[in-house]
Amino acid sequence: MIEIKDLHKSYKMGKNSLHVLKGINFSVEEGELVSIMGSSGSGKSTLLNILGMLDEADEGSYTLDGVPIKNLNEKLAAQYRNKFLGFIFQSFNLINYKSALDNVALPLFYQGVKRSERIERSMAYLEKVGLAAWADHKPNELSGGQKQRVAIARALASDPKVLLADELTGALDSKTSYEIMDLIQQINDEGRTILVVTHEEDIAQMCKRIVNLKDGVIIDDKKITQVRAQQNV
Amino acid sequence: MFSLERWQEVFETISKNKLRTFLTGVSVASGIFILVILLGVSVGFQNGIESQFQNDAENIINIYPGETAISFEGFNKGRRIQLRNEDYEIVTENSKQEIEYKSPLYQIFAGLISHGNNSGNYRVEGVLPDYQYLEKADIIEGRFINANDNKAKEKYAVIGNRVKKDLFEDESPVGKYIQVSGLNFKVVGVFTDPGGDREETRIYVPIATSQIVFGAGTDIRSMGFTLPKEENYDLALKQSNAFAAQAERMLKTKLQIDPKDESALFISNNIENTKEIYVLISAMRVFFWGVGLATLLAGIIGVSNIMLIIVKERTKEIGIRKALGAEPLSIVGMILHESIFVTSISGLFGLIFGLVLLEIVGPMVELDFIKNPSVNFSIAVSTLLLLIAAGAIAGFFPAWRGARIKPIDALRDE
Repeated sequence: MIEIKDLHKSYKMGKNSLHVLKGINFSVEEGELVSIMGSSGSGKSTLLNILGMLDEADEGSYTLDGVPIKNLNEKLAAQYRNKFLGFIFQSFNLINYKSALDNVALPLFYQGVKRSERIERSMAYLEKVGLAAWADHKPNELSGGQKQRVAIARALASDPKVLLADELTGALDSKTSYEIMDLIQQINDEGRTILVVTHEEDIAQMCKRIVNLKDGVIIDDKKITQVRAQQNV
Repeated sequence: MFSLERWQEVFETISKNKLRTFLTGVSVASGIFILVILLGVSVGFQNGIESQFQNDAENIINIYPGETAISFEGFNKGRRIQLRNEDYEIVTENSKQEIEYKSPLYQIFAGLISHGNNSGNYRVEGVLPDYQYLEKADIIEGRFINANDNKAKEKYAVIGNRVKKDLFEDESPVGKYIQVSGLNFKVVGVFTDPGGDREETRIYVPIATSQIVFGAGTDIRSMGFTLPKEENYDLALKQSNAFAAQAERMLKTKLQIDPKDESALFISNNIENTKEIYVLISAMRVFFWGVGLATLLAGIIGVSNIMLIIVKERTKEIGIRKALGAEPLSIVGMILHESIFVTSISGLFGLIFGLVLLEIVGPMVELDFIKNPSVNFSIAVSTLLLLIAAGAIAGFFPAWRGARIKPIDALRDE
């Protein structure tokens, strides 16, 4: 599903150049649940941004579902993001003047789906994350866990190939974190490919594979026995 | 721009941010309001100046006869030329230019006029209805001569205010009779004239009546014309000269006058005296448009500023939208759409408010130099188009900035 070869990325900080990714080789099969771990500064967020087409690599190749991701203009990048990817952020990034339902429907709006169908499909995803009853509520009327559920429903709405989650439990307490991870595992069980960036060991253990990043290189990449979040709830 | 989905988005954003939208709207509405009022006042100035400076219509062209100075086609020189009704008709029917007002004139200079025991010598002029506008006579009581009066050769008279004071003192003369050369004429109206007493000692009667009463047959003494007002002096001058030259040519042919004869027919063309007025009015129009547009520009800059702040405030939202698949063009569209919508609607309010105010208050304004300020339809339409353009301009820079927002920067956690 994802093929990365010899990826390099550096940032200019004034006169100095900061080499963040120093040759990453990495691939993900369909249906995997991968956690990318590393301390801050290890380059894990940069990697995720490149995977999410929010940022571009200096060198190396990136193929997503057979499509080479290279030299994208903004328009094409937007279309690919919409078609291939679903984002889940630490700070949820919901639009606060829109209801939960309208937030979930937003990717569909940019796909050009008609309003009635948008509502119907978004409602189905809200139901899936257990928030159908909260469809008309604004984000500020929801708890952190509920907000993240809405964000997950939104990420699923466009039926993407890959879900990219950046510290998705970073702003949640551990009980809520496990509930969210339980949801992520269920979605993965249905066959969806998911990448989770985290620095929390217990969250990483709930994935099926852990990739360890340090100073811009992968130091460790191993399959693990998944801990079911359900047991910890 | 016209998709229903986009409208729903725009309405949603606007209704969720009422105060912001309201403040934006007020600055545009007031800009347009001031522009409309200024344009109205400029028209008022124009009206005021025109009525102040001129006794007669400022662009009047008079044609009256003289004596020939060159013998021509068997006629000796020194022949007195007499104009007739048919000559007037030749000019009016064959003119290539559009004529605004026209009238022939037959007059006697010292008619003995009496009412009861009062009497005096006044000039009696036989005219057609348009003559009121050629002379700029203002009716203060009753009415002017009309077309039916002339057709029926009625013995009706419209008297000057001076005549009224002399003959009727404080009485109302309308419906009463005066004697003109021993015949009873019914007074149908009283006029004042910006020319003052000298021009208010006249009595107007239908020309057909005057020709019978004074035994003139079809003779007329002169004829007067005005052409419609032009955009600028040069054009007015050109039209006016073309009309005069054409009338001269036709009359000289008809009356058998040598084309080179300069004393047989006199054409007084007033247009050159109007140059200053044209210049003054156009200078004023430029001034008022200038001030008005500057005001509007300030409004547009205000909107642009507010939209920039809005974009800044919505940076994160725009970043989210882009991460979810919004193309840059759709962000530009969203912001432009909102900007044009807000400026158009609020501008429309300002426009309507300004127009209504002018409509209600305008006719009441009767100062020395401002008279009936108003704005015509085409100006209202062009302001409206200006508004939509203004919305686009005001929205463009913020939209452009919005489109350049990088989702990665916008979404970075603080």
